[in-house]
Parts: sequence; C-alpha cells; structure tokens
Amino acid sequence: MMETRDGRSVAAGAGELPRLTAADVAKVAAQARLRFTDEELEQLSGQLSDILRMAAELKAVDTEGVEPTAHGIPVYNVMRDDIPVPSMPQADVLSGAPEAKDGYFKVPRILEEA
Amino acid sequence: MALYDLTAHELRQQLDSGELTSRELTEALLRRIEQLDGTLGAYITVAAEEALEQARAYDEARAKGEATHPLGGIPVALKDNLVTRGLRTTAASRMLENWVPPYDATVVERLRSVKAPVLGKTNMDEFAMGGSTETSAFKVARNPWDLERVPGGSSGGSAIAVAAGLAVWALGSDTGGSIRQPAAFCGVVGMKPTYGRVSRYGLIAFASSLDQIGPFTRDVTDCALALNLICGFDPRDSTSVNLEVPDFTKALRVEPKGLRIGVPVEYLNQPVDPDVRASVDRALKLLEENGAVIKEVSLPSLQYALHVYYLIASAEASSNLARFDGVRYGLRVPAADVPRMMEETRSKGFGPEVKRRIILGTYVLSAGHYDAYYKKASQVRTLMRRDFDQAFKEVDVLFAPTTSSTAFRLGEKTRDPLSMYMTDYFTIPVNLAGLPGLSLPCGVDKDGMPIGLQIIGPPFGEEQVLKAAYTYEQLAWPNGAGRQWRAGREVAVDVR
Repeated sequence: MMETRDGRSVAAGAGELPRLTAADVAKVAAQARLRFTDEELEQLSGQLSDILRMAAELKAVDTEGVEPTAHGIPVYNVMRDDIPVPSMPQADVLSGAPEAKDGYFKVPRILEEA
Repeated sequence: MALYDLTAHELRQQLDSGELTSRELTEALLRRIEQLDGTLGAYITVAAEEALEQARAYDEARAKGEATHPLGGIPVALKDNLVTRGLRTTAASRMLENWVPPYDATVVERLRSVKAPVLGKTNMDEFAMGGSTETSAFKVARNPWDLERVPGGSSGGSAIAVAAGLAVWALGSDTGGSIRQPAAFCGVVGMKPTYGRVSRYGLIAFASSLDQIGPFTRDVTDCALALNLICGFDPRDSTSVNLEVPDFTKALRVEPKGLRIGVPVEYLNQPVDPDVRASVDRALKLLEENGAVIKEVSLPSLQYALHVYYLIASAEASSNLARFDGVRYGLRVPAADVPRMMEETRSKGFGPEVKRRIILGTYVLSAGHYDAYYKKASQVRTLMRRDFDQAFKEVDVLFAPTTSSTAFRLGEKTRDPLSMYMTDYFTIPVNLAGLPGLSLPCGVDKDGMPIGLQIIGPPFGEEQVLKAAYTYEQLAWPNGAGRQWRAGREVAVDVR
C-alpha cells in the first residue's frame, strides 16, 4: 500500500487500481512547471489512469532479489585522461540565449527589492 | 532507373567513374524535394545551399583523388533531433522552432568528414515521442505508398525521404522503435544498432538509456556502409562503448545453411494482421528451405515490455526535458518572475504528447511512487535482458514482425494514447535490452502496403543481424529485383 502526501492511498496491492484525479495531475504539473486548463486536467487524469492501470500489472512479476537495470549495456565509471581542452567559445554558448548581458544568461528578477 | 531510385553503392560506381558528380546528384534530389515535399512533408528544413556547397567540396576533393569514402558525395537526410552547427534544429517542437545549434553531433561531424551533402532536417514526432509523426508541431507527414496513411514514427520524415527518393539514405533515432517501425511502414531498411555502438553526443535526448542513432537505407548493403561510418567510440558520450568496430560489409554474405533463427512464442501469440503474419512466415520458410534452422524460443518477460517501456521512457523524458526552461536556449515566453516565465514557456513550447509524458514521468519518479513504478520496471528490465541472453545461447538471431499491422490512417490513433503506444509492441524489447535490431521489407499486404521483417541480434551482434538480413534479401530478391522501396510511385512487386 502506498500513500500520497495527503495520505490518500493509491497504486497498491491486490484489487486496488491506481487512479489519478485531476487534482493529482495539477499537483504533478506544478512540479513539472506546466499549466493546464481544467478540461485538459480531466482528460489527462483519465489517460494517465489508464496507463498506470496497465503499469500496475507489473506487480504480478516476481522481482525478489533482482537488481534493477539502468541501461541495456552496462558501462560503469568511465574515466578519461585529465587533459585540458578549450571550451566552447562564450559567444557560441550564448548564441541561443533568449536574453544575454555581459557574458551572462539574463532572466527576470529573482529577488524582490529590499 | 532514375538517379533518385539508386542505392548509395550503385551511385558510388557512377561517382567513381566520373559519369556523375555529387553536384548533379544533389541537384537532382533537391529538385525532387521541391516537387514532392509539399505533399509528403518529409523535411522541416531543406538546406539546399549547404548541400550544394558540400557537393562542390566533394567533387573537388575527388578530382584530386582525396575523397575515398564509400558514402562521400552521397546526399543524406538527418532527423531534426540531430544537432547541426549553423543549421536550425527543432526536434519538431515549438520549443526549438528557431534554435540554431553552436555545435555538431558526432554523427554529423562524421558525415562532414567524408563530405556527404546534408539535404536537410527531417520531420518527426515532437522530441521523438510518438509512432506516426503526427505530434510534429510543424507539418503533416504522409506515407508515400498511400498519402492518407502515416509514415510511422517518430523518424517518419527520414523514412519518407528514403522511400520516395528525397534522399539516398538518412539518419534517425530509435528509442522504442522509431527507426524500425517507420522503415517497415515505408518499405525501407532501418536499423537500430546496439546501445553504445553509436555516439549519442548531439542527439537531443528523449530517454537516454534507450535512445540510439541508426540509418535508413534502400537495401542491406547500404545499411552496412552507413554503420561503418557512424559506429565507434566517442569520449563525449560516456555510454559509448570502446570496442573495435568491424567492417560491416564483410557480413554481407548469403549463408542460410545452419543459420539458427529463433521465433519468440510470445510474439506468435500476439494478435497480428494475417497478411503480416503470412509475409513473415514466408520469409522464415524461404530461409528454412535454404538450410536455416527455425526454432521457437520463449521470452516470458516480453509480455511486460510495454509496461516497462512507458514507465522508464517517460521517467527519463521528464528528467531530460527539464532543461527546456527558457533560460539558455530555445523559446522564452516573458513573464514577471522566473517560475512564471518557466511555466509559460514550457506550457506554450511543448505539445500535448510531450506534456503527457512529462507528467507521467514526474509522477512515477516522485516520492512514494518510485519503488512501485520506476524501480519495479527497472527490475523487470533485468529479467528481459536475461531472457534475451538465454535465447541467444540457442539461436543466432530472432525473427519477428516489426509491427502488428501495416501503416494506419492519419488520425486513426491520435485520440487514444494507449492504442498508439501498442504500435511499438514488437520493437520496444530491443531497446530495453540494448540490442541491435533491423527491419527490412518482406512483402506487402492486400492493400499494397509494405510489411517489415524484424531481425534481432545479441549485444554487438550487428554482423549476425546484417548477414541474416542480407541472406534473406538476396534470396527473396536476387540482383535487387523488385526492391520494394521503388513503389509508392510504382506498383509494388510482392516477394512471391
């Protein structure tokens, strides 16, 4: 049995099927910095519930003691020689910036004025 | 046969003998793009000037005897998620509508190094998320065999370009079938190499543990030539594998005798269009008659491939796409503060399918759900690898349909994400296990639409896959007769 932060049970064991409400989707959307209309939230909650119901079938698979796979062909701790090479020129790095100033990326104000 | 109908290795002879220049060839293809691409929608950006400049450079080098690579001077198309210095790269998203990258992907560097003219950047599903090219933010892509049908996806534009003669060959990317499925739908050869074979540096990431770049070609010989060019270690991709790259053309041998072909029973039990099944069965029978040994094998975990894929791919996508925040490159929608700027930018820049996957991925990675979804999926992924390892102890290659049906109609599956996801059923396990997989034409259905045969090999077993594919291709169509990619404009010649 698993719980969301507000304590409601979802996903879970035998018999119970995961369901994402429009409010759940809205919460996740805020985390992902996305905004949706109420209609879109309703539609997404239905579609994502379908997908999660399918995903819940994985519970039937015995994975006791099975190591997770991060990707198909294991490659670990890749090291290279520590040789300095030139970086991409600053002008190139900034070439796609929506706004740049004095060699920096510029964004809207982050801190309120004191 | 028209220039645009020829394979790279056929064109090679004409370029080497001097009867054809790269410039003439490039101009011929650009004219064809101009004539047909308004209808087909294969390209998002056509780079006529750059292509002609590269062709001129090739012709000059050849005149001096300096250009020797088999794919030198041969025009190629690139999926629009491969970054190209100075050439707009959009990933078919509003988010990158006006982005001009400051660097080249490693595969693009390799194309430039042999002076292969890049004709342009091809249409695709937005950020490679989709199976029909219908999630492209820019234009409709149509199957050259039937304009009311999808070309498949996500690399639909690359498949169209090769099938309809708008490029000699092309590159795409394959995360869950995005090369093999459109290759099958458009009647061309498409291959996803082993994970780590081709550098992903400069490939706009969708799901980093699954993504792999690979070629679309008109026959198996060109596929081997393309692999020779793009495979190899690259220190800029830490998952690129430092392993010697063989000359893949040495695998182009007709050797059916003793070839051990496995057929997964889990695939036999799937609902598959009868014409598709019959075509794949005919291919198996042809090889068996010539001495191959066909054997049923069982990979029980395959039944969960789709479940595992959509959890893992969405989780990785949500993480990869977090970088599109309106700060460093791409779209910015101005707003009063940073959080609102990011939200406005992402809400306007991403299309519905991309958003759906970001939400799903963010959800399954969030506290309280991680173990039940992401970790569980990663464990089942291990079981899948083990099942494949086991199967490859008994057989050299696995055969399966590439898709359960031929190309579907535009709009047929856009309303129901699950039905669209199901189209990847036969291709996804190969990505999850990191294996090489190839699709090649093996017939047409009752409507004349091409059918794809999928050949799967063990890790770094590209040579086995190519040998099996070449053997089938040469037995089924001796001397290239009836090459199916010629249709779409002409009547397809069935294998029989």
